Amino acid sequence: MLILTCPCCGVTAEETEFHGGGEAHLKREGPGSDDAAFEGYLFHRENPRGVHFERWRHVYGCGKWFHAARDTGTLEVFGTYSAQTTEPPADLLEKIRERRPGWSWREFS
Amino acid sequence: MSEPVSALGGAKTEALVTVEEMAPRGMIVLRGKLDDTAITGALEKVSGLAMPGQRGITVDGARRLAWMSPDEAMLILPRGDVSGAQADLTAALAGAHALVADLSDARASFRLSGEDAALREVLARLSPVDMHQTAFGPGMVRRTRLAQVAGAFWMPEVGVAELVTFRSVAQYAFDLLSVAARSPRVFA
Amino acid sequence: MSTRLTQGGARIDRTKPVSFRFNGQQLKGYEGDTLASALLANDRMMVGRSFKYHRPRGVVASGTEEPNALLGIGQGGRFEPNQRATMQEVFEGLESTSQNHWPSLEFDVGEINASLSRFLPAGFYYKTFLWPRSFWKHVYEPFIRQSAGLGKAPKDRDADTYEHFYHYCDVLVIGGGLAGLAAARAAASGGARVTVMEQEAHWCGRAADDGAEAQVADLVAELEGMENVTLRTRCMGAGVYDHGYVLGYERLTDHLSEKSGPRHRLWRVRAGQVITATGAIERPLSFAGNDLPGVMLASALRDYVVQFGVSVGDRTVVVTNNDDAYLTALALVGAGLTVPVIVDARQGGGGALAAEAEAKGIRVLKGHGIAKVKGRKRVTGVAICKQVGEGAVTEEIACDAVAMSGGWSPVVHLWSHCGGKLTWDDAQAMFRPDGTRPPTGEDGKGFVICAGAADGAFDRAEVAASGTKAGLAAAEAVGQAGSVSDLTAPEARGDNPIEPVWLMPASAKRKLRAKAWLDYQNDVKVTDVQLAAQEGFESVEHAKRYTTLGMATDQGKLSNINGLAILSGALDTPIPQVGTTRFRPPFTPISMGAIAGEARAETFQPLRRTPLHQWHVDNGADFEPVGQWRRPFCYIRPGEDRHSAVTREINQTRNSLGLLDASTLGKLIVKGPDAGRFMDMLYTNMMSTLQPGRCRYGLMCSENGFLMDDGVVARWDEETFLCHTTTGGADHIHAHMEEWLQTEWWDWKVWTVNATEQYAQIGVVGPKARTVLEKLGATNIANEDFPFMTFQDHKLAGIDARVYRISFSGELSYEIAVPAGQGLALWTALMEAGAEFGATPYGTEALHVLRAEKGFIMIGDETDGTVIPQDLGLNWAISKKKEDFIGKRAQSREDMAREDRWKLVGLETLDKSVLPDGAYVLADGTNANGQRTVQGRVTSSYYSPTLERGIAMGLVLRGPDRMGETIQLNKVDGSSVAARIVDPVFYDKENTKNV
Repeated sequence: MLILTCPCCGVTAEETEFHGGGEAHLKREGPGSDDAAFEGYLFHRENPRGVHFERWRHVYGCGKWFHAARDTGTLEVFGTYSAQTTEPPADLLEKIRERRPGWSWREFS
Repeated sequence: MSEPVSALGGAKTEALVTVEEMAPRGMIVLRGKLDDTAITGALEKVSGLAMPGQRGITVDGARRLAWMSPDEAMLILPRGDVSGAQADLTAALAGAHALVADLSDARASFRLSGEDAALREVLARLSPVDMHQTAFGPGMVRRTRLAQVAGAFWMPEVGVAELVTFRSVAQYAFDLLSVAARSPRVFA
Repeated sequence: MSTRLTQGGARIDRTKPVSFRFNGQQLKGYEGDTLASALLANDRMMVGRSFKYHRPRGVVASGTEEPNALLGIGQGGRFEPNQRATMQEVFEGLESTSQNHWPSLEFDVGEINASLSRFLPAGFYYKTFLWPRSFWKHVYEPFIRQSAGLGKAPKDRDADTYEHFYHYCDVLVIGGGLAGLAAARAAASGGARVTVMEQEAHWCGRAADDGAEAQVADLVAELEGMENVTLRTRCMGAGVYDHGYVLGYERLTDHLSEKSGPRHRLWRVRAGQVITATGAIERPLSFAGNDLPGVMLASALRDYVVQFGVSVGDRTVVVTNNDDAYLTALALVGAGLTVPVIVDARQGGGGALAAEAEAKGIRVLKGHGIAKVKGRKRVTGVAICKQVGEGAVTEEIACDAVAMSGGWSPVVHLWSHCGGKLTWDDAQAMFRPDGTRPPTGEDGKGFVICAGAADGAFDRAEVAASGTKAGLAAAEAVGQAGSVSDLTAPEARGDNPIEPVWLMPASAKRKLRAKAWLDYQNDVKVTDVQLAAQEGFESVEHAKRYTTLGMATDQGKLSNINGLAILSGALDTPIPQVGTTRFRPPFTPISMGAIAGEARAETFQPLRRTPLHQWHVDNGADFEPVGQWRRPFCYIRPGEDRHSAVTREINQTRNSLGLLDASTLGKLIVKGPDAGRFMDMLYTNMMSTLQPGRCRYGLMCSENGFLMDDGVVARWDEETFLCHTTTGGADHIHAHMEEWLQTEWWDWKVWTVNATEQYAQIGVVGPKARTVLEKLGATNIANEDFPFMTFQDHKLAGIDARVYRISFSGELSYEIAVPAGQGLALWTALMEAGAEFGATPYGTEALHVLRAEKGFIMIGDETDGTVIPQDLGLNWAISKKKEDFIGKRAQSREDMAREDRWKLVGLETLDKSVLPDGAYVLADGTNANGQRTVQGRVTSSYYSPTLERGIAMGLVLRGPDRMGETIQLNKVDGSSVAARIVDPVFYDKENTKNV
């Protein structure tokens, strides 16, 4: 069972206080988008063994959504950060490069 | 005009730790950015309490002002002061982007009292929180899980904890707390 | 025979005798005894029958590794099967029973399986019982059910309580022997919060063998004096999980006659670092007849003599491949018992201890082994042979016990649970933790450190040093580095090295191998594992499952290494390449009660109650679960059944006045300058144009386009909306709003609050509704002054109320919201004021029928997560003007836009009967699976008292285009029933009543 630190209220808590919300940094495709783009948005998800970016909600705590970068194989958590961004922060990406040389995930590496 | 009643009518369990449902009191929730001094200033002015920091709570007599999230604060005050405070707060926040709601009846409040160490053990039976005195104490508020329901608690003073849950699960929360309070001490 | 010695027994208190029962017989023991030691003291050598062959089995071990002495403990509500007698402390009045025998332990019919063992080899389940097919159900399965299995499941409700306890510490030490205590002392030296768990009732572990009791007592005293150290006995480290999560299993009352408080406490620990000082388990040797009662692990036999003052036999043959067993011989001789011979498989024999034994006159036979143990229900002698060769008997020696030692296996379970890797230590013939590849935590660094025998350190000085080193390393890892002096230790013992012996004798013939047990609990022999290898089950995991080696409650604590060594031999592959099976938590079984914790009886799950709950209880409510809520289904009066109660409630509501507790409906406040814009995204229809003071019915879809929730929105003021949701939707719709606001439109100025439980909401429904409100003080509420789909604030019975004129029944209807704490006062006032009109509270079933009569959909009935609003004829509530709303894009997908979707219609049976809920509309032909083709299904079906007939709604292929057509629907009995497709609005199509 994981422990995560909520970047919104600062609590480090066990997984039972949180709720996973799937892949992070999806771009919403609304009316007018073509079928392929919409299909990708609605259904296609990364499922890596290794570095992954996810959405989590501190559902039993402050109620806030946030992002987490972690390794799905070793469960190492590289960091958590605001949900209100379209890409992971630069220092976190740098840390992941140090910990997992050669990693890539979608357009990030 | 009928007086408001609490969910359990003041149920009480006396054991190693005393668990009692508190009488109805006022609870005003404010949604607004707590890093905005216009918002926190209004809260401080109306409550007469200093705005606490992250996960903090300011306690003075029957009044409490709690940091619930980066954009949520809770003001607890005597029941009779609610409508006045709500109006004052709304007025003080004129022009600011905020939501003020009276949720006095939405929650059940419990008071736990007894030996500090025993009280911490009661909470540690139900919540995945480090209850060691170096990790949690007066001045702090913790929103968490109480077995299977959401709850929040704080310690207005050593040897006392106050705890809120949703009103609909008051009986469950009271039963949980009572069972935990009757259990023998873990560290004794 | 086994008996109590007149002297000795460090753990028992001879001044405190206790009596207990075994299979109904009254026996005596002492405080400090385990059930196993007390049974042995009473000459109860045989304690059970084996799983498959029902062979007589006796106690083999003295700790958690015991595979045989599994007993039923307790009675009635405190009965629990499969408890290890070696871990159960005796107490006055303890009740115990043996298992897996019929009709009795001494005479067991299943024993015939043993004579048939040739015909019950590994995998026999898979090979036999295949034909004739019908025999499985009527012959084979009943036979297997009668004869297989360990203990019987308890029948009574558990009389005990259990609890969880969340605990946080910097360093958790599992194991309270010398290594664990040394580790705790070191770990705590810099101020770190340290917790030590010991599964037994006493400290010390096996360090007593090395005479370390005094040192251990000093360590315990030192640790007890430290504020930052927590010590727990009878508390097993059950499992190590991700990110330093550890489960501890504390047995609080299992050793007490007078039980009060929780029986078990499940410690849910988060530790920065975990030190596993879990010791090692002695391995049996694989020789013929090694399962007979009286054959025991050398260390166990020693424990019974030294710790419990119990002699297992007068004449004990010791057989070993290492020096440790010599301690047993010395202890036995020291207690005045006879050791006719020590059989040492090593040509070179032992070291200093061997010399001591020989000096005491004990005969030592080097390079020899046991060919066979003689006896039927217990040992009567052994046949000796050379260790090399096939087992030609060189001499026979009479004895009544055999102490065996095949070496020691570190307890690596906890290290391995979360991914710690192992390495094969050739010199010590064992797997031990590979300290360079520990389990890793959230920071990617190792969080488990092994110490003592669990790390392969056996010499006392090494054990102490290993513990200290582990403790210091853990303290440093959690940022609380400290320092301690080294613990003193005597000179090393001067052992000769172990020589691995996986089979005795080395080239034993089949006849001997077929009687050499690897797994006592699951009856797996050397020949079974060899057969598995021969039949191609080469992976250790496959061989385990094929042979059942290391399964069940034991999980191979004794058999694992011996079994895989045999597999390794059979495959001609070195042991490290064969590898071990996965170690999975818990270390030994933990009670179901401990897992459930407080979640039983009234605290099994949260039940949500409305502010009016008690009134409902007091007035005959027949409750139904709606999620976690309990809502009245109907209110049953004397002489009524559910059906007649529902009928009465509906008629009274249509004709006069009904009252509904609608408090469970979600009430979400949405406020801000961008609230209108946000509402337009949430709902399919236009909400931003709603005028303050007015209400509008709205639909919410998921981004998939499917209808998710519905309800009436009220615009409280220019910036504020109140969204009513379904009962089930309150929490998740609020979460849905927050998700979009926090993760997509975070720059929009909108706040939400879930005010669901702030209000008691009461539906006042029926022709007399307005009159009752007027009686309670509402003024100017005529139809024109207070029109449908608006709300007003009124003081009713002195209570400030917000009154919504909305209707889910087609009647004149008001929903009144007051603070929850005043809900009961208002309800009571309404009942009193409505008494003259026969005010009738109605439940959810009447609510459903009332809405169905009007053709209103219900989320969860007409929707199931695949239905879009267009399917339900709700196009009128889908804005054509809005560029976007959640779900809009999805609704233009090809599948959603299909013309031939199943769409909502009303259904009227020709015979007026009530259609079965969920019935399918039949079509011609069959599908690829030979099932009847269908063209629709019933979504809601009720008896309508108003229309005095069955009514239903359903989704039917092109339904709205087929009005008047008669279709066939299936019934549960296989027949079908004819129904006509009609308008779903069955009642008051002209809306004459809601005025």
